[in-house]
Amino acid sequence: MPRKRNPGNGGQQAATLLKKNKGVATPYIAWVVVFTALPLLLVIYFAFTDRDGAFTLSNLTGLAGYASVFFLSLLLAVIATALCLVIAYPISFMLSRLRSGRQGIMLMLVMLPMWMNFLLRTYAWMSLLERNGLINKFLGLFGIGPFEMINTAGAVVLGMVYNYLPYMILPLYTAMLKIQPSIIEAAEDLGAGTWHKLTRVLIPLSKPGIKTGITMVFVPSISTFIISKMLGGGNFWLIGDLIESQFLGNSYNYNLGSAMSLVLMVVVLLIMSVTGGFDSEDIEGVI
Amino acid sequence: MDQSVVVKLQDIVVDFDEEAVLNGLSLDIHDEEFVTLLGPSGCGKTTTLRVIGGFLMPKSGSVFFDGANVTRLPPYKRPVNTVFQRYALFPHLNVYENVAFGLRLKKLPEKEIRERVLEMLELVGLRGFERRGTENLSGGQQQRVAIARALVNRPKVLLLDEPLGALDLKLRKEMQIELKRIQQSLDITFIYVTHDQEEALTMSDTVVVMNKGIIQQIGAPEDIYNEPINAFVADFIGESNILDGTMPKDYEVEFAGRSFPCVDGGFSPNELVQVVVRPEDIIVVPPDGGQLVGVVKALVFKGVHYEMLVEQAGIEWMIHSTVASQPGELIGMNIGPDEIHIMHRTVEEYAYAEEA
Repeated sequence: MPRKRNPGNGGQQAATLLKKNKGVATPYIAWVVVFTALPLLLVIYFAFTDRDGAFTLSNLTGLAGYASVFFLSLLLAVIATALCLVIAYPISFMLSRLRSGRQGIMLMLVMLPMWMNFLLRTYAWMSLLERNGLINKFLGLFGIGPFEMINTAGAVVLGMVYNYLPYMILPLYTAMLKIQPSIIEAAEDLGAGTWHKLTRVLIPLSKPGIKTGITMVFVPSISTFIISKMLGGGNFWLIGDLIESQFLGNSYNYNLGSAMSLVLMVVVLLIMSVTGGFDSEDIEGVI
Repeated sequence: MDQSVVVKLQDIVVDFDEEAVLNGLSLDIHDEEFVTLLGPSGCGKTTTLRVIGGFLMPKSGSVFFDGANVTRLPPYKRPVNTVFQRYALFPHLNVYENVAFGLRLKKLPEKEIRERVLEMLELVGLRGFERRGTENLSGGQQQRVAIARALVNRPKVLLLDEPLGALDLKLRKEMQIELKRIQQSLDITFIYVTHDQEEALTMSDTVVVMNKGIIQQIGAPEDIYNEPINAFVADFIGESNILDGTMPKDYEVEFAGRSFPCVDGGFSPNELVQVVVRPEDIIVVPPDGGQLVGVVKALVFKGVHYEMLVEQAGIEWMIHSTVASQPGELIGMNIGPDEIHIMHRTVEEYAYAEEA
């Protein structure tokens, strides 16, 4: 059924509700203060102090040496996000055009891997990609290979794409559900072939889903440390690994770790504001 | 009017899940004609339109435009444009860009696009709305944008799929006249789908009555109304009294327990027929002067006329009259020879056999 978009209404209702009863918001404000604002302030505090609590900028200036790690993380995250978008777009479109009964089943198949433990999924890829892993063994039957697949940048990107693909599919799918079939037919009727249907109608109308999907995949990709550790074999240090080692690893230095987290956050915010990912009016909620 | 055939459908068969929606449908549509496909929902009228538009590939059969076979061509390669049921305007574009969509794809120079879009908006009475978003327009305005968006491409044939279905009655009547005016001023073929018989009679040059994927009757509105070919058409186009009868000889028919003079002939002696009498064609007279005498069962005021249910010899008659007779009253009914329409009963059985 066609639904009329009415972005203002829900907000207005919530606003009047708040005016009537200010107490309603208290638990949420408390939540935000305790679990968002305070930790953030702590991160900022540690980022600008040394181990004795004195103010210093050396944590931040010291990051210059890790520029290559930042760059690599950024690069891999961008590649993974782009791949997710390219893979998820046609899948989401087909999903949204299925009969509603089948949509549920297919959607469940997409979500199914998400219900399995993240580590388990990544381990599975390790055993697939290993030098003596399943894929090389299979190829060996035909006398091909073995290939070096694990511990490469490709393996890390693969891990990101595999783990985060559903986060791209879901918002795209929700956005595309709202595109009536007759709108696509109208484009066809007016002379649009496949390419123009895509560029003039589908992409503009699914933009909210694209933005949300990019955010949902890019942010975890740029800060992951498990994937790079397990599938990169330590050859590919990403920011996530770096930060982890400051808190849990040998180099234990939570001041430096905080500075890294802070910079990462700023970088993500900057990139997201450029792509418009936080444009609240367009953001497409995940189910 | 130019009588050359612009769209030709030949033996079109369409199945949905093994169920036949169109059953070997053939139809010629002439140039500059306003043709209406009329029928109840599920009769295959929209399916026929989608086959012409190229949105649906028939299982078998062919579609011709100006003699060229286009059965396998996609919609964007056919010289038709469509006005969709729920307008299907592009929500991300304003009125101007919606109308310009087709012209931009043809890569026409900006100046020509501008001229043609503005000319079209003028035609549908929407000058000054160029920069408006489509979602803030009223239903009637959205409808006009949809019409302009299709017509700006100068199609040979415009397809309209129940375009007025979502509008209120008054607006619908205005748009009916508007559409007819547009069609006449542009001299192109309109193929119009509706389930509203009044709409079909008001606008069309030709009405195609469909049921169960089969064309029942093709003809001018007057012919369809006055000379329905079978009980389905008679019943669907306006209200009617449909009775079984026999033709003892030409120009004489027996039904409702007596014989009437009529204007039809050419039936075999004593052939079983069906008789259609329109409710407004029955003249109410005093009981002693009537060909038939019945008792009024119910009386409903309909605005222009009264609707009466009258029982006569076990038959329930519907009568439209400007004079009210109260329930329980005995009245006489007269039917003129011109008002008795006679149909072969075999044709009727054929039509209804599809339903079984």
